[in-house]
Amino acid sequence: MSGEAQVSLSEVVRRYDGPPVVQALGPISLDIKCGEFFSIVGPSGCGKSTLLDVVAGLVRPSSGSVRFEGKELHGEVPDGIGVVFQEDSSMPWLSVRDNVAFGLRTSGLSKQEAATRVDHAISFMGLSQFAGHYPAQLSGGMRQRVCIARTLVLKPRLILLDEPFGALDQQTRLLMGDELLRLWRETGATVLLITHALDEAAMLSDRVGVMSARPGRFIDMVETGWPRDRDSRVISDAQFGALTARLWSSLRAESLKTLGRAA
Amino acid sequence: MTRRHAALFVRIAILTSLVALLEIGCRLGFIDTLTVIAPSDMVASMADQIRSGDLDASIVTTFSTILIAFALAVVLGTALGALIHRFARLRDVADPLLASYYSVPTFIFYPLLVALLGLGKAPLVVLGILSATPAVVISTLSGLDSVAPVLMKLARVHRLTPARTLTWIVLPAVMPHLFTGFKLALSYALIGVIAGEFILSGTGLGYAISYAYQSFDNRAMYGVMLFVLLVAVTANGILYVWEGRLARRRSRG
Repeated sequence: MSGEAQVSLSEVVRRYDGPPVVQALGPISLDIKCGEFFSIVGPSGCGKSTLLDVVAGLVRPSSGSVRFEGKELHGEVPDGIGVVFQEDSSMPWLSVRDNVAFGLRTSGLSKQEAATRVDHAISFMGLSQFAGHYPAQLSGGMRQRVCIARTLVLKPRLILLDEPFGALDQQTRLLMGDELLRLWRETGATVLLITHALDEAAMLSDRVGVMSARPGRFIDMVETGWPRDRDSRVISDAQFGALTARLWSSLRAESLKTLGRAA
Repeated sequence: MTRRHAALFVRIAILTSLVALLEIGCRLGFIDTLTVIAPSDMVASMADQIRSGDLDASIVTTFSTILIAFALAVVLGTALGALIHRFARLRDVADPLLASYYSVPTFIFYPLLVALLGLGKAPLVVLGILSATPAVVISTLSGLDSVAPVLMKLARVHRLTPARTLTWIVLPAVMPHLFTGFKLALSYALIGVIAGEFILSGTGLGYAISYAYQSFDNRAMYGVMLFVLLVAVTANGILYVWEGRLARRRSRG
């Protein structure tokens, strides 16, 4: 399916009923190709997370349509989509292993196959030594890795990440970015990353969509041109600086709008 | 020695010292045994009454009433809490009532309950329920308030049915709050039932204490009082340890 649109948004608008009625998003049209790493940046409150919820099927668009692998979504999460949230969504009453295995409870897999998948996901995210630990015993970054492992174990064809590294320090974010790229390469999944960090978007993505202030629309689309086997060392590449500068020049005026100031 | 163990040690030391002081005070005649008997006599009286079987019927009556009231309070309180949580307008009405509920002495309704339900278990069960249910309602509400919205989103991402969302996410998430409510409910049910028996009933441990008191039988009265106290402390202690294990697992860091 490589090269075909896996996710397709057509004239998507999302309004919140008032009073007053607030248009949070759109109209947005977007195609994300199968196997692509696509990131969205935008000023605070522009509707990035709403867009992710719409793509996930968690929220119905007020108008327009969303298709995943050709099928239109009607406010339900289809099979094949995994979501990693910005907030810690690990379950404190479950061990790391049970957290990761959570998504497989309804999969119908044999116990042995489920255990193999869980072991692999835990090992892949570097959590093998902590499989018996509880989330309260882990750092914020490790908990987010648990959440990514829980998504990974389902082998989703589309991984949606809503600012997953927002609460982490810069070094950890770079390392987590490397792990995310490795995950993306090895699984072949499509990735849609929401982030407010321009450097993160520039480093990780094949393509970055820049959104306007609310109601969020795409005002720029930037192809990074990175090879597939990239890692965080691209930040020392001259092209990285140019990409980040372009993203910021597109975004600056919109960010000022959210502060109530003219460009 | 950890801080927790040190605190436990100090608690036990204080309690033991007070008991020892009471024992010495009674034995040396500083305390009138018509008022309080020596702790060793209380233990002996309790053992005698249990061994003789004098308390068997009262024990069965009281604890079965407490258990029924507690079980019904748990079911009713959890259901009511979930219902109030579900409807914001209902909550607007219920919140102030719940906040001020324990300022009302529910025992005053006992004569009314006897008039409505007759003598026997029923009014005592209702009194126990009236005492215990609000604690469960309040803990259910605070538990449901504490469920992170992201976990509810997670349930949708995993396409869980409402029943699985309840059993796999909501119940485990609210369990620490519910547990606190259940612990309080057990104490309130015990207080409600024994106080009800003490005031008006003709059966149960509360009545046994009241009867011994009115007969000036201090030895019997303190024996039963000690028995009730030990059962209450043991039941609460078991729940406390269980709750502590649950909490420690979630907060180990």
